[in-house]
Amino acid sequence: MTDLLPLIVAKYNYWLYVILMMIGLYAMIAKNNLIKKLVGMNIFQTAIILFYVSIGYKTEATIPIIQGAHGGHGSHAAIHAADYINPLPHVLMLTAIVVSVATFGVAMALAVRVYQRYQTLEEDELRMRLSEE
Amino acid sequence: MDNYPALIVVAPLLAALFSGIFSWVEERFTYPTALIGMGLSTFSAYKILMRVLDSGTIQYKMAGWLPPMGIEYRIDLLNAMVLMLISSIAFINLIASYRNVEQETNDRKGSFYTIYLLFVTGLIGVTATGDLFNLYVLIEITSLTSYAMVALADKDRGPLASLNYIFIGVIGASFYLLGVGYLYLKTGSLNMVDVAGILSGIEGSSTVLVAFILCMIGIWIKMALFPMHVWLPNAYSYAPVAFARVVAPLMTKVMVYVMIRLMVTVFGLEYIFNTLNLADAVVWLATIAIIAGGIMALSQKNLKKMLTYIIVCEIGYMVGGAWMGNQLGMSGAILHILNDALMTFALFLAVGNMVYKLKKVDFIHLQGLFGKMPWTMAAFVLAAFSIVGVPPTCGFFSKWYLVLGAFEAGAYHFAAALIISSLICAILFFKVFEICFFEPMSEGHGHGDGHGEVAIAEAPVSMLIASGLISISLIATGLFSGTIMNKLILPFLG
Amino acid sequence: METITSIKPLLAVLVSLLVIPILVSSSAKPNVRESWTFIAGTIKLLLVLSMLPIVLKGDQIVLTLFKLAPGADIAFRVDALGMLFALVASSLYIITSMYSIGYMRGLNEHGQTRFVSFFALAISATIGAAFSANLITLYLFYEILSLATYPLVTHHQDEKSRISGRRYLTFILGTSIGLVLPAMIYCYHATGTLEFAAGGIFTDQLSKPAATVLLLMFVLGFAKAGIMPVHSWLPAAMVAPTPVSALLHAVAVVKVGAFSIVRVISGIFGVEFLTSFNLGSVVALLASITIIVSSCIALTQDEFKRRLAYSTIGQLSYIILGLALLSPKGMTGGMLHIAMHAFGKITLFFCAGAIFVATGKKYLSQMVGIGKRMPFTMGAFFVGSLSIIGLPPTGGFISKWYLVLGTLEGDQLILLFVLLSSSLLNAAYFMPIFYRAFFCSQEESMFEDKIKEAPMMCVVPLVITAAISFVLFIVPQPFLDLAQLAVKGFIGG
Repeated sequence: MTDLLPLIVAKYNYWLYVILMMIGLYAMIAKNNLIKKLVGMNIFQTAIILFYVSIGYKTEATIPIIQGAHGGHGSHAAIHAADYINPLPHVLMLTAIVVSVATFGVAMALAVRVYQRYQTLEEDELRMRLSEE
Repeated sequence: MDNYPALIVVAPLLAALFSGIFSWVEERFTYPTALIGMGLSTFSAYKILMRVLDSGTIQYKMAGWLPPMGIEYRIDLLNAMVLMLISSIAFINLIASYRNVEQETNDRKGSFYTIYLLFVTGLIGVTATGDLFNLYVLIEITSLTSYAMVALADKDRGPLASLNYIFIGVIGASFYLLGVGYLYLKTGSLNMVDVAGILSGIEGSSTVLVAFILCMIGIWIKMALFPMHVWLPNAYSYAPVAFARVVAPLMTKVMVYVMIRLMVTVFGLEYIFNTLNLADAVVWLATIAIIAGGIMALSQKNLKKMLTYIIVCEIGYMVGGAWMGNQLGMSGAILHILNDALMTFALFLAVGNMVYKLKKVDFIHLQGLFGKMPWTMAAFVLAAFSIVGVPPTCGFFSKWYLVLGAFEAGAYHFAAALIISSLICAILFFKVFEICFFEPMSEGHGHGDGHGEVAIAEAPVSMLIASGLISISLIATGLFSGTIMNKLILPFLG
Repeated sequence: METITSIKPLLAVLVSLLVIPILVSSSAKPNVRESWTFIAGTIKLLLVLSMLPIVLKGDQIVLTLFKLAPGADIAFRVDALGMLFALVASSLYIITSMYSIGYMRGLNEHGQTRFVSFFALAISATIGAAFSANLITLYLFYEILSLATYPLVTHHQDEKSRISGRRYLTFILGTSIGLVLPAMIYCYHATGTLEFAAGGIFTDQLSKPAATVLLLMFVLGFAKAGIMPVHSWLPAAMVAPTPVSALLHAVAVVKVGAFSIVRVISGIFGVEFLTSFNLGSVVALLASITIIVSSCIALTQDEFKRRLAYSTIGQLSYIILGLALLSPKGMTGGMLHIAMHAFGKITLFFCAGAIFVATGKKYLSQMVGIGKRMPFTMGAFFVGSLSIIGLPPTGGFISKWYLVLGTLEGDQLILLFVLLSSSLLNAAYFMPIFYRAFFCSQEESMFEDKIKEAPMMCVVPLVITAAISFVLFIVPQPFLDLAQLAVKGFIGG
């Protein structure tokens, strides 16, 4: 146990995303209401986005905009990659966010359809209605 | 002249854009647009296949950015084959399904074709890309479009089936994304070949192991490997038949392709079979998938549903073959991608024809179908024999390699599962044939000319031609499986 | 021995296949349709005959169509054994076609076009099986034959044929997929080839238990040969119209089963290999049990065709038994029996059908005195049953003679006893039929004393086949020569 605590503290960002992911997964599996499931789904996706964002981070580094690149005095100075955080994961996540928004949108639209047809979003009621037909 | 790898994706994408615009302006134009887009794509696929056969792997750098920074499309023998398969199946289906679309989604023809094209774009992209993250985005494009499609036809069941599909699909895709994240963490690259190069030095790393497992689970969920299959039967059977015809043969098969791609190109077979001790467990999982798929199919009362469970069963074939750990199994699995796509397509083409005429394909609706739709049934019978594995249809030959591979690896349980599933499929299809052939039961002893002569009420010719063509191609593919093996699959595996 | 590459075997297979579209398109004109059947049948027979001299010279005709994997191609090879079988099947096809016209029209059956089309497909597959050069090609045609005969067996499309059809498929398809396929793939796995070779393909890859299991998988897997306990599809298949029972269940289908076993024993395992492990006795035991038990069951059957079916089961095991003796004479007898039994048994089936067409009677107990009404039919029946029992002057005698010699050659006295007692049993279940048909008092007779035969098209074929059975006693040459040539090939002489 004594080893575990430093491990958790040192990599607290991973543990956070793991917890968030589990919350999302739990909601998707265990919740009865379709909207709650959708919220769970969103938390789940966001957890992964946070994970990606956090892996690009470096201590003591700044945002990846090269200072004085446009003809300033520092234009000839060497650029150290260690001075900037890694922009690639962040860029990737822009795409992932688009994907998750799109998925969420489609899912919401479908949920509306389900509600219009069955007047309920509770899964057990839906199942009952379906087996009646 | 060298831009075919781009054209194959861009053509359907642009066509989707235009048909989207046309669906607002003038709906009549959407169908021709789709045809042109798919036609161009098929043509490029053919060109690519020829070039790859001729001079080896094509590396296409999107917008001129060099890998590993830029996105690379890397087409070798394996994806050249799968690309050809995808584009031609999608193209033929477009021709065959014109009437089905009119019948099932008449008020939303424009949207149907737009989504259809986007779906195919996604599949082609998944197959062509050589970049791990790009793969994720394209998988999500195919998934998003299929979510929309599933909900399009059946207004009662569709949305709910689609919603359940979304929940599971998102979990699958997220697992994969997470796996890619770990890989990136370890290697700092997303280009498949680049990653493979870096990985070869750090095989012992537990991060790589986690990445591998996450990627595999994600892909298995997407391909509906038992017990992660629950979304598939409902989603596919409530989808409009014109879409089911293309999603059923292609979606799962493309995911199998992704699995094989990750195994062969990214992680390396050496790593998977020598460093990890997972293969036995996965082959057992595949064995269970085959048997379970077959048993679940037995209890169905609807033809479409039954076929979807057969897909679950066939997934087990390919996963098991790929994880067999020898060349025979892997080549059998790759051959089965091709064969299974063709036979599932043939089956669903026939089912589409039935749906067009009968509206519903519960078993009770199929009575006397041999009399009513002899040509459709002939095509259906051929495809069914291929699933059962009767020579000379192609299904026999992939089974042949798979069983040989199983013998070589000593995985007798997998060989037994393959044989048993053949028997189960025989029972399944002959159950259907019996209904179509014997019922409604005739009076007396069946003498006299008047009896049993039902008026023929066939589907339109365009549908029949497509159906017949694909069914005959099953035999052709079977007879030339030696050539396919020697020209495409064995050189790919080296 | 030379090997000649020729397209003739392919043509012989394809001709009936290619005629099917013509048959379907002329379904409105039965006479045109029937003449096409004859044209195709005649071309097929001529093609087969044209290859006969080459084969008799000891040469072989080969043709490779598709290369699947090394050692497993789709390929044809015409050798003595294949020739023997193809000759029987293609000549009887023409006669049966003639008969089926009389039968089907006489009964005004439905779906005649479907019937003749699948019949053509079935005969195509039979010839294909006869000319197969390796196990995978043989398996291919075996399966096509199983599936092509299903609509023929269930032709009546009623509840009874549905049940029988189900049993038919369960046995035939179940065993071929469940037993033969894995056995075949295992052979390929072990040896890397499936080519039928003179001395077999195994050298030392198999232990005795493994070889026994593999052999049994083949023998029982080719369920068309009707070895007990996988025989019960054959009596069930008797719901089919009689021409089907005649050609398919006395000649083509069942003989393809026996033929496949012969091929496996001679070409896959090899005589020497089986002798060294003494595996012939295992098969011989199965065959002997089948012979005795089926003959006893046949005694109890009252339905004419079912009795014939059980008789067929027994006779098929003669072929297997002959092969299992693994001695030259015994093997000659076994192969000769393929031909001799075919001509005899088809005559009997034709008789059963002719009686059904003329009188509507299916049960033997209703046929007392029928000889006076249908003398030609029952005369032919007499010749046919002599041939099955194995008495001179019929062809059946010759094959049985060789079988008996084979048992003596190997000092297998028990098997000799089996053969003789089975002959007695055969006589016991055939002779009373004939006796009651002719020698009964006026009061007992169920028929009027006036000659009223079945339609011409039914009677002529059965007279022809009976005549051939008789001629084969005097001139058994082509078949005997072929059988002896084949045996020479097996032993490797």
